Amino acid sequence: MIRALHRWPGLLALVLVLILALSGAALSVFPLAERLTAPAEVAGQSVADLAARVAERHPGLEEIRRAPSGRITAWWFADGQPGAAVIDPATGADLGPADPDPLARWLTGLHRSLFLGDAGRLAMAAGAAAMLVLAVSGAMLVARRAGGWRHWAGRLRGPLAGRLHVEVARIAVPALLFSALTALWMTGSTFDLLPDAAPRPAQPAAVSGLTGLSPADMPALRAVPVASLRKLGFPAEGDAQDVLRIETAEGIGLVDQGNGALLSWAGAGAMQHLSETIYRLHTGQGAVLVGLVLGLMALSVPLLGVTGALVWLAGRRGRPRLAGMAPAARAETVILVGSEGGSTWGFATTLARGLQAQGQAVHLAAMAGFDPARHPRAERFVILAATYGDGAAPASARGFLERLAQWPAAPTAPLAVLGFGDRSFPGFCAFADRVVAAAEDKGWSRLIAPDRVDRQSPQDFARWGRALGAALGLRLELAHRAAPPAVTQLTLLSRRDHGAEVQAPTAILRFALPKAGLVARLTGRGLGRFQAGDLLGVLPEGADLPRFYSLASGRRDGFVELVVRKQPGGLCSGQLLALEPGDTINAFLRRNPGFRVGRGAAPLILIGAGSGIGPLAGFIRANRRRRPVLLFFGMRHPESDFLYRDDLAAWQAAGRLARLVTAASRGARPHHVQDALRQEAAQVLEAIRGGARVMVCGGRDMAQGVARALEDILAPAGLTPAHLKAEGRYVEDVY
Amino acid sequence: MKPLLAALALTTALTLPGLALARPVTLTTTLNAYGGDGAYLAYYVTDATGAYVGSLWMAGGKSKYYEHLSDWYAATGGDPAQINGITGASVGAGRDLEITLDLADALFDAGYTLHVDAAVEDMRDSPNEIAVPLTSAGLGRAVPGRRYIASLTYR
Repeated sequence: MIRALHRWPGLLALVLVLILALSGAALSVFPLAERLTAPAEVAGQSVADLAARVAERHPGLEEIRRAPSGRITAWWFADGQPGAAVIDPATGADLGPADPDPLARWLTGLHRSLFLGDAGRLAMAAGAAAMLVLAVSGAMLVARRAGGWRHWAGRLRGPLAGRLHVEVARIAVPALLFSALTALWMTGSTFDLLPDAAPRPAQPAAVSGLTGLSPADMPALRAVPVASLRKLGFPAEGDAQDVLRIETAEGIGLVDQGNGALLSWAGAGAMQHLSETIYRLHTGQGAVLVGLVLGLMALSVPLLGVTGALVWLAGRRGRPRLAGMAPAARAETVILVGSEGGSTWGFATTLARGLQAQGQAVHLAAMAGFDPARHPRAERFVILAATYGDGAAPASARGFLERLAQWPAAPTAPLAVLGFGDRSFPGFCAFADRVVAAAEDKGWSRLIAPDRVDRQSPQDFARWGRALGAALGLRLELAHRAAPPAVTQLTLLSRRDHGAEVQAPTAILRFALPKAGLVARLTGRGLGRFQAGDLLGVLPEGADLPRFYSLASGRRDGFVELVVRKQPGGLCSGQLLALEPGDTINAFLRRNPGFRVGRGAAPLILIGAGSGIGPLAGFIRANRRRRPVLLFFGMRHPESDFLYRDDLAAWQAAGRLARLVTAASRGARPHHVQDALRQEAAQVLEAIRGGARVMVCGGRDMAQGVARALEDILAPAGLTPAHLKAEGRYVEDVY
Repeated sequence: MKPLLAALALTTALTLPGLALARPVTLTTTLNAYGGDGAYLAYYVTDATGAYVGSLWMAGGKSKYYEHLSDWYAATGGDPAQINGITGASVGAGRDLEITLDLADALFDAGYTLHVDAAVEDMRDSPNEIAVPLTSAGLGRAVPGRRYIASLTYR
């Protein structure tokens, strides 16, 4: 619902809001220009003094105005000719013409009414209302995406367009909200919908009937400082009954031209003060800084418009079509999809095709709007559900749980639920869990046990497919290719070979950072932003399934680096280790948010063996803030597979690595990395007590050995590795 | 601008008792290129003593700005009934406004004065922009305004 509220006003009012924002941003600089060019004010000057100086130099003076910028303008009519000029308040002399800036006037006309009169004003007010709806619904979406208002400023993940959209929006949204609200207020004021009419002083019963008193001698004018003056109108020449009219910040008064006494006065009301303040802030007149900030923030609107449209398009593209889909009423198997970004639809399509290949009539639909009555022939329901935020329904499953709760009874056909999520997030498959619980409450019979797929793992999915097939008496082999669409070609720059002598040929492969244009980056093509520890999916020649390698570099390093060990009979590692500089591979990026060093200054304990040094080396290279890093590195022989030997020494010298402990499994004193860990137990424990984060990368056996060693090390302190894991202070990247 | 032709059945104040005869009069107003937004113009008539008799036309649709036509506003108190059915759009700088209306014969050569008040956003209000006696001799004679109006002719 909120998403629809965000999307449709956004797309419909895009042009209107764009014109508003761009013209508003351009207008925001004029008050500053006026402020800078306004003549210096005279401290403590009274209106009487100013008026006398101006009147002396300008016979036939009719009016003096003071703009919020401090600029004084005078109008006069002499010798049958009207005149107007900007005035120097110190001398009353002319400084330049008083004509309004034609560009500012044109922009104002465009901004407030598209030059279309009242119809245009209403259209622009509708644009402002659309911006208001966008700002409010957008803020709610940001909060929901981040998992609550408390996490408003949290870090963002995902493709560049969506990230940019949210990143910019959460900075600009307060200003946009303010601009939209004040714009609507001003429209209401223009159309007389607000009780903020100017006060009106009563007509004096009698005036002195005298003329010719100099303004300098008028007590009513001497009492008013120029700083609070808005407007001073002089009586018509030769009309002894006429009066002076003075407007100040506080109200409007009438002054006798013969004796300078205040004849009547009307103070401004609270509503008027409010309307005036709103006008000042919206236009920046007399509030230059506020105006500039609003203008600057308005510049975010084009960017938000473009990135928002891209996000919407990407969401549409992500939904695949299924050839030969059975109509809802005839389907035997109904697959319901709860997807946020579209990737779950891909899995659903793979499942549907697999079932179709086995002769099943399959219907594919979104969870939102599911109605069992539409599927009278259904023999089974399958729900594939992702999770949004901390367990909220993803976009295509909105309202599903609420509807489920309202059904009188569960459908008779049994249900299978598969959750999709990322184990490194707290709410892993939380929405799927809620669906399972709700279905159980309703007494919906179970086809197979609920299962989960971590980070779009094809292996998890294939395993679940086999379980589903077994329940149906089918041989269901689901080979899902998790949409490796945007493969990027990487060219090898250099390689450093190690370990051949110890039967562990390993190479540090450095690829050139592919050049990606802005469009490619915005639409999520190309590698995008990555950090050491993220995964590079490599598509080997002659195979469909990608192999994943931990990255040993981040985008800021300016290259893409991997550490690859040749696996006996390994297709992909074999191809990689056969690369020569200039050769290319096809690869794509998979983010690995669970394996990051995180923010803060707490020490890091990095533990790796063999090619597992890759991401750890990347962390150290990126450790420009010199966070204390303790690295345990296990190898076979220092003379053969001491990867990054020179780099580590250099980083240590540069303060990016505090201490290096190595363990060699061959040679003079064979021991493993977990043995080294035990030897340094005291330092490790002290670091962990100091809040250190432990990161382990390497083979499964090594990781288990490390976990046992840590268990022993932590025991005296009453801690366990499980404790640390629960706090996110012990993470593994194991293969 | 295509001249605005307004055929008016003059209603309220100008139907003075015993003034049955009326003639169609065309008011042509040409504005200066004063370099500002559209001008609000109030056309009204006063008698020989300077008392307000009635309004002929109001160019400008937003009543909240009428107070800037200060003489007219002072005379009428901003009463919307005075201009009910005789309002039009404001007039852009350098443009023309043409109004045709029936004026009672008795208004001519009897001391009545035609007034025009003008106001422009962010510029000086110009009450009494024009004050011209209604006379038979004045028919067809162009009168200049003070600030915003280049010329006004009634014929």
